[in-house]
Amino acid sequence: MAPLLEVRDLKAYYGPTEALHGIDFGVDEGGITALLGANGAGKTTVLRAVCGMIARSGEIRFAGKRIDGAATENIVRMGVAHAPEGRGTFVNLSVEENLRIGAYVRRERKPVAADIGRMYQYFPRLAERRRQQAGTLSGGEQQMLAIARALMLRPRLLVLDEPSFGLGPLVVAHIFEIMGTVRREERVSILLVEQNASLALELADHAYLLETGKIVMAGTSREFQLDEQVRRSYLGY
Amino acid sequence: MDQLLQQTLSGVATGAIYASLALALVMIYRATESVNFAQGEMAMFSTYIAWTFMQAGMPYWAAFLLTVAASFIGGVLIERIVIRPVETAPILTHVIVFIGLLVILNSLAGWIFTYMEKEFPSPFPDKPLFHGMITSHDLGVIGVTLCMLVLLFLFFRFTPLGLAMRAAAQSPASARLAGIRVGWMLAIGWGLAAAVGAVAGIMVAPVIFLDPNMMSGVLLYAFAGALLGGISSPGGAVLGGLIVGVLENLVGTYLITSDLRLSVALLLIVITLVVKPSGLFGTTLVRRV
Repeated sequence: MAPLLEVRDLKAYYGPTEALHGIDFGVDEGGITALLGANGAGKTTVLRAVCGMIARSGEIRFAGKRIDGAATENIVRMGVAHAPEGRGTFVNLSVEENLRIGAYVRRERKPVAADIGRMYQYFPRLAERRRQQAGTLSGGEQQMLAIARALMLRPRLLVLDEPSFGLGPLVVAHIFEIMGTVRREERVSILLVEQNASLALELADHAYLLETGKIVMAGTSREFQLDEQVRRSYLGY
Repeated sequence: MDQLLQQTLSGVATGAIYASLALALVMIYRATESVNFAQGEMAMFSTYIAWTFMQAGMPYWAAFLLTVAASFIGGVLIERIVIRPVETAPILTHVIVFIGLLVILNSLAGWIFTYMEKEFPSPFPDKPLFHGMITSHDLGVIGVTLCMLVLLFLFFRFTPLGLAMRAAAQSPASARLAGIRVGWMLAIGWGLAAAVGAVAGIMVAPVIFLDPNMMSGVLLYAFAGALLGGISSPGGAVLGGLIVGVLENLVGTYLITSDLRLSVALLLIVITLVVKPSGLFGTTLVRRV
């Protein structure tokens, strides 16, 4: 399969500090890639660098085009939807307005309306609360909203930062189930950052392990699940 | 009783002008988190542009619309050229830039148009209506302001651009992740605020006459209105402006001489800040430190 996202020698900086020390990875067209690692390993930084939210150098190609010099909003307009760390909810806007903002760059009215309906099918809780201020939603509901808002772009690549963060196990199971459905039905590729390694590996087909800004292991999810070291350090059995 | 009603209605008319300018202040405040001290001078300059158009023989409403459009473009340019470079600078920098803008616009107007007071026409014939309850100019001012407020409400509430502007003001980082060009949203916000200010300037000029310092008093009342309603709430600012207008008129008529009217605004500002700093409808800004 052709890679949709190709990253080579990516370095990223917070001010003068180098946070990523030259990493290489990719996401296949239609595939799910998981970035694993402990707190502070640089997972979120990778996503921010890909989407142009921090200073970065190296080569990033999306659908064959260089995007390492592009501004965030232009990368989004090429079809990269990012549900960021902290969920990025517009707390003073209604749930439905949040979804509309996700589709801001799409000009066709009818398909957008249809997509809003589809999001409500994926996440019935959001339909119940469509007129409510998004800031009043629970953490799980806000995470659903973040994913739905990202999907409203009709992205080619969905970038998810810790979708399970701070949520109860039932909500997490529901969200991961929806992500599986989304992958089948929307033919969208996913780049996933997740602390819950066992969940992430069930969903993903490729994985990379980050440690202090470097990739220390790369392979298929199966290889990760069978690896003695990974099992002991990250899967807990 | 008749006098009370008469003074109240006249207060609503001036209040409508304060409300417009207060709304312009709030629009900038929500996007930049600082108060644009130059808002009044921008409105004054717009009024001079309208005056120039009319001197050239243009019909009133044509000059009105053209001025509003020109002010919109002027507002966008000010944001692009002056505000953009200091966007991420601390608040004190913003304040200095706004004061600089105030002085520049004031001096520029004085230099081009002189400091002589000029008469400014009203499009509404000068005659009392409803047994002298309200003048047609006051009624016209209320009508024009109301139209403008409804249009703005519909724009922000129901158009994708309006929604994007609200999103950009609220959370720029998330807005960028939705593909919204946040910089342009801010510029359009400045344009709209300048256009709203232009309407306020044109509406108030027939009453207070046109000169480079005409808006300094009006801006103070608008500040009081915006603070009273809550500097972060557009609806609150409009209501606050109206309250200030009515209060100023009634207090000026019944309690004190009209020379002391401006102190009503200052008193209101102090009372609001002491009793309820977030205003009637504003939200308290909570920030993690």
